Amino acid sequence: MKQEQTIIPIEVGRLIGSVEQFRNEGYRLAHIGCTKVGDNSFEINYSFDKDYVLQNLRITVTAETEVPSITGMYWGAFAYENEMHDLFGIPVKGINIDFKGTFIRTAIKFPFSVSVAKEEKK
Amino acid sequence: MTKQIIVPFGPQHPVLPEPIHLDLVLEDEKVVDVIPTIGYIHRGFEKLVEKREFTEYVFIAERTCGICSFIHGSTYCQGIEQIMGIQVPERAEYLRVIWSEYSRLHSHLLWFGLYADSFGFENLFMNAWRIRERILDVMEQTTGGRIIQGSCKVGGVRKDISNEKLDEMAKDLDTIDREMKEMTTVFLNDDTVLHRTRNVGVLSREDAYHLGAAGPTARGSGVAIDLRMTGYGAYDRLNFHVATDSCGDCYSRHSVRAQELFTSTDLIRQAIKKIPDGPVDVKVTGAPNGEFFMRSEQPRGELVHYLKGNGTKFLVRSRIRTPTLTNIPPLVKMLQGCDLADVPVIVLSIDPCISCTER
Amino acid sequence: MGFFEMTKTALRTVLSRPATILYPAQAAKRTPLTRGHIVFDGSKCISCSICQRKCPAQAIVLNKEAKSWQIDRFRCVMCSSCVDTCPSKCLSMDPVYTAPASEKGVEVFTITYVKPPKPEKKEEPIQ
Repeated sequence: MKQEQTIIPIEVGRLIGSVEQFRNEGYRLAHIGCTKVGDNSFEINYSFDKDYVLQNLRITVTAETEVPSITGMYWGAFAYENEMHDLFGIPVKGINIDFKGTFIRTAIKFPFSVSVAKEEKK
Repeated sequence: MTKQIIVPFGPQHPVLPEPIHLDLVLEDEKVVDVIPTIGYIHRGFEKLVEKREFTEYVFIAERTCGICSFIHGSTYCQGIEQIMGIQVPERAEYLRVIWSEYSRLHSHLLWFGLYADSFGFENLFMNAWRIRERILDVMEQTTGGRIIQGSCKVGGVRKDISNEKLDEMAKDLDTIDREMKEMTTVFLNDDTVLHRTRNVGVLSREDAYHLGAAGPTARGSGVAIDLRMTGYGAYDRLNFHVATDSCGDCYSRHSVRAQELFTSTDLIRQAIKKIPDGPVDVKVTGAPNGEFFMRSEQPRGELVHYLKGNGTKFLVRSRIRTPTLTNIPPLVKMLQGCDLADVPVIVLSIDPCISCTER
Repeated sequence: MGFFEMTKTALRTVLSRPATILYPAQAAKRTPLTRGHIVFDGSKCISCSICQRKCPAQAIVLNKEAKSWQIDRFRCVMCSSCVDTCPSKCLSMDPVYTAPASEKGVEVFTITYVKPPKPEKKEEPIQ
């Protein structure tokens, strides 16, 4: 099976420059995902694909870091960025279509950033 | 400046299989802008991964969606197997391919039915579902469930299919092929269908590539992406070609799916001929430690399962990105400039599976 | 470009049998492998509670002291994990679907397994 993938960790400030480089080389946006790795620390993965090879950029942020939006270069990223904000609470600046928290409405705000310890029904 | 009216479309609408809400901004009868909202069926699957062991999570991953459920289960299992370095026996790989292709057939036939219903052709809708019953009968005879199969597990598959049953399935495919040929002739040649779908909802090749379209939505505009070409499972030992069309309107999207129906039956026949004898599972010990992006081809497009484990029985993160989430921006682009009466046909032509999108 | 493409199929389906079954007057289709509902045999259960731990829907509850095994039929998803992992093979899958009910509840079964006594060791005659 030839599913090659590489992960490149970078800082938040260099995000826009690297994404622009991918755009100029003809990569398409595959996926933007967020993982909670610590008490207040999240990893955001930007995945780009060209000819079935996957390249990932990874930035590590806290819940207060303002992440710049990449919708200037990839118009379709607004779905992922709004979802990231609604489920994890990470503020993303400059989205072209900003739903301001109404894309996915849940009973608890930012549900994936808290650990809800509920009694398991026996 | 003409007056603008906002008309809500969904979440309850006769053509939608699952609830999605679109606010259509209209000037006279033309749609000028679209604002989508999702969240009606969010079940929080990704949070449940912290409470269920990785071997049990297969059942939950399968139930993400009712139409494309087998491929969710098998992609999850393949992701865990890549992290742990497990090599699945060959017979299990071929069986997974056979069930995946049957799953693709049933999903496309369901979609053809709903699509015909969206422009009012109910006879064709029922005809497509009549053919689909044969596929569901085969699924029930081999796995026990019509929609949710429950036959994939980490390390292989849970049930075997005997060689006599496989030969019977190969013979039945001839009848299915013949009936599908009659049905697709109507979709490709009938005058009423052509009037409702030609030059409706055009998506250019540039837009399809850069907005991240996946599956038949992208292939209908000339972008040839099919994740089965990466050769996961047993696909590297089977021959097939990627179906594309260059116009980018609703007609080309449904003609791409019609070609894929026959590609699937051909793949099943090849797999039945080549399947070797042997065991169907291996024993799994230990826990996954690492991360992987497993990608595979669902009937609707490119599916990404991101899995991360830290050496315990519970995974740290399981992220499922389904093709409909990435097809929503192209949908917004396609709807700008169309007539109000064409909105159901265009929304259905991307094959929305909102329960996958929401998890 | 055609006008009457659907005629042949439409005439054939009008003149043939319907594709639907009059359920529940006629029985539902089922095959030997159909996953209908779980059947429990109380005379073989050794109360190891592996089925309770493996159930992904948490539908099985075992009470060792009271010797009762209960299953919530509405939580069960018929995945067969319990059937596959039971060491004493007291669980099996029946093809008939669970009957509809108007209230949710649990079904309780009693465990009647009695451990057979150990055979007495025979003294070997010393030569």
